[in-house]
Amino acid sequence: MITQWFFRHGDRRSRIAIFLLLAVACLVPVLNLLMPDTSPLHIPTYLVSLFGKYLTYALLAVALDLVWGFCGILSLGHGAFFALGGYAMGMYLMRQIGPRGVYADPVLPDFMVFLNWKELPWFWYGFDNFWFAALMVVLVPGALAFGFGWLAFRSRVTGVYLSIITQALTYALLLAFFRNDMGFGGNNGLTDFKDILGFNVQAGATRSALFAATALFLALAVLVSSFIIRSKLGKVLVGVRDAESRMRFLGYRVDRYKLFVWTVSAMMAGIAGALYVPQVGIINPSEFEPANSIEAVIWVAVGGRGTIIGPIIGAILVNFGKTYFTAAFPEIWLFALGALFILVTLFLPRGILGLYGSWTNRSASHAARKDDEVLPPVVKQGGKLAPVPEPQAAE
Amino acid sequence: MWDCRMSLSRFLSIIAIFGFCLFPAVAGAQGMDDAKLTSLVQALAGDNFDETSTAVSGLAKSAAPRAAAILNALSAGDLYVSKADRSVFIGMRDGSDYAATDPLSGAKLPPVPRNTAEKIKVNNRLRRDIAAAIGGLTLMSGDAAERRSAAEAILKNRDPDSIALLDQALSSEKDAGIKLLMQRAKAAAVLNSSAPDDMKIAAIAEIKSGNGREALGLLTPLAGVEGPVGQAASAAISSINAELEIWNGIQNVIYGLSLGSVLLLAAIGLAITFGVMGVINMAHGEMVMIGAYTTFVVQQIIRTSMPGLSEYSLLLALPAAFLVSGAIGVVIERGIIRFLYGRPLETLLATWGISLVLQQATRSWFGASNVQVGSPSWMSGSFDAGMLTLTWSRLWIIVFALSVFAVLQLVLKKTMLGLRMRAVTQNRRMASSMGIRTPWVDALTFGLGSGIAGIAGVALSQIANVSPNLGQGYIIDSFMVVVFGGVGNLWGTLVGAMSLGIANKFLEPFAGAVLGKILVLVLIILFIQKRPRGLFALKGRAIEA
Repeated sequence: MITQWFFRHGDRRSRIAIFLLLAVACLVPVLNLLMPDTSPLHIPTYLVSLFGKYLTYALLAVALDLVWGFCGILSLGHGAFFALGGYAMGMYLMRQIGPRGVYADPVLPDFMVFLNWKELPWFWYGFDNFWFAALMVVLVPGALAFGFGWLAFRSRVTGVYLSIITQALTYALLLAFFRNDMGFGGNNGLTDFKDILGFNVQAGATRSALFAATALFLALAVLVSSFIIRSKLGKVLVGVRDAESRMRFLGYRVDRYKLFVWTVSAMMAGIAGALYVPQVGIINPSEFEPANSIEAVIWVAVGGRGTIIGPIIGAILVNFGKTYFTAAFPEIWLFALGALFILVTLFLPRGILGLYGSWTNRSASHAARKDDEVLPPVVKQGGKLAPVPEPQAAE
Repeated sequence: MWDCRMSLSRFLSIIAIFGFCLFPAVAGAQGMDDAKLTSLVQALAGDNFDETSTAVSGLAKSAAPRAAAILNALSAGDLYVSKADRSVFIGMRDGSDYAATDPLSGAKLPPVPRNTAEKIKVNNRLRRDIAAAIGGLTLMSGDAAERRSAAEAILKNRDPDSIALLDQALSSEKDAGIKLLMQRAKAAAVLNSSAPDDMKIAAIAEIKSGNGREALGLLTPLAGVEGPVGQAASAAISSINAELEIWNGIQNVIYGLSLGSVLLLAAIGLAITFGVMGVINMAHGEMVMIGAYTTFVVQQIIRTSMPGLSEYSLLLALPAAFLVSGAIGVVIERGIIRFLYGRPLETLLATWGISLVLQQATRSWFGASNVQVGSPSWMSGSFDAGMLTLTWSRLWIIVFALSVFAVLQLVLKKTMLGLRMRAVTQNRRMASSMGIRTPWVDALTFGLGSGIAGIAGVALSQIANVSPNLGQGYIIDSFMVVVFGGVGNLWGTLVGAMSLGIANKFLEPFAGAVLGKILVLVLIILFIQKRPRGLFALKGRAIEA
């Protein structure tokens, strides 16, 4: 149904992106597995994993853009949902190790044996089943986002306050997951995975399959996003982004719209995390670092917020740069990333896609604006918008 | 009296040792003449350990000026007896001879060939007796510090034998503090002895008035004893525990205040910039870090060029840090932030970028590891207040944070800049219409906020590791303070910082440090639901924020 709708109403860029992703999902495994090593077309397995990782980041970026680009909620804690999804998948992978762990305990993961635990904590029950774990991958981040969002949006926590609170959320989770008694492996996290669905995680074929799965999920996320954006609900969301109070006065229950898109976005982030873990082979509390979540924001900003495929481009470009710089000039990477934050916010408020858009618009003789993207307004005011309450002394 | 008992049988001498405490009034030893002392010293070389032990006690009683030296020598195995005439001397090995010293006069004796003398042997029990005896002797020493440490030693080992000595020392003690300590030591010794119940109960009362934790240690073994002593001990224990509970609370409050002061220092600059400009400065933590590094640099300069000023290096670092951080703040505002007004979320991202650049720049210049920042002597060490031991640095940081707060209040209330800042906070457009140059107010506000962060860095350099990541550790906490306290009102920041600090410290014992922190974060997240603009929100009709 969605597909049908998509071909009728979907925008051109998303369509291209989805076809591209589907093509990549088919082609990369073929080039990786069937081409001989000597062939110039052969893609080595490490590259497959690397780009698989980039695609999971891209999925996280799409999720983040859904709330930030289209609804104006700047989340500095999306890494938390990503990591929670990752942990759910990691727990499944841990249970799959079975007696092949260092301590050869048939039930308990190594770190629990090491901590002298006698039995599996209750929250680990069920994670030996893939489908249960897969359910948890979306349910846990979704439930957290729902609870958090319900509280936050209902009491109209907005703007920088909300951003700071999301940051506190991921920071609190970071501290919590560092604790050994939480039962998630503490500092070291979960690692040393063996199998996923019976296939060896390390094997080239599994890696290609994971890559393909990531590309498919990313395509699905693009589809869902553009479905949401193009629907009436999406129009309301953009309205909320640009003039929240006006939407409220018009009679829309702003908090419910926000809550919906916020929860969907958190679930997407959870899926991204779940796909990330088997490809990198480890999940540990550092994924909750507030810095990671903020980095995800810059992917969106670089690619172009308020566009559906901008975040994908941004995530891949920035992370490719990160891989390159941290290997070649580790000193420079933080300078480059910092400069990226500053330059993009100053000079590229609409990101690369915005740049491209304005360039094509200018070069094309017809000024007709393509309506396939809903770009955020870039208001430059002499004064400022932020809290300008009227009376009462500031002491 | 003593010499005649010494000549009694072995049995009697054992009685004498164990029954020692029953005769507290034996004293009067000062009048002991030289002959008696000599015979006591001779008796040290007695036939068996018990005789030696009796002699040790006698010597201790005598309070002779050389007694301590003799006992020390005995304990160290430097006391010898000549095989020929059984005379005792203190010997030092010197080739094949012993360089001999007369034990009582300390005069040099002719060297004694090694094979004509034998060492007076001591066993462990005797060593203990000697140690107690020396402790007793120093109780009457002329040096107050020695007397104090002797009394403390008895308070620790609770040797019943020391009771008599303590009584003796108490009668001549002038220093009130040492006297109190001796009384407690005596009480502790009485509790450890076989004294009658009423004496013990009196001793319990004495101990109860002393240091809580120490008293608990002394009384706990007695609580299980049948009879009035056990009851008195249990009652004393519960009253001490109640008292300790109160002190514990006070300690939590003080620790919480000092943590709160750190938070206040880190957050107050943030609150100003956020209040006036609506801008969240993610690079605020780096301003703190720059302040700490400025302290380091100032100390380096002082160390190399004017070592005389090193005591005051922190005082010199304060203005330096304010200027350096403030100047960087103004540059950031003029160079980047002013282009982003009206877009608070973008400002947040840009300042995050700035913070990354500043961190990496510091890392490139100073290295990734911690740098050593020294503390002046007036900030190190600790002092006792009631049952608490507080470090000076803890106290100073509270004083410092409050004075920074007071100065800032003065600046905001009494200066032209403060007036303009408040005007812009309340109504930017109106202020602008009245001729206030809001861009300059913005720049100076940002500079002021950053400068205060720099000052906070000077203070933090005393209690935290100075590394490029210093700021990161405080930034989220400072955000929480600002969010909790509310914007545009410094009192909110003060109350927010202090209550977060105290809440943290009170939660720690129940939940552990990490879980306590998580709880505080969760509580703030929930609190924001009730009051989305913080404790001290600006009231107004604005719907947009």
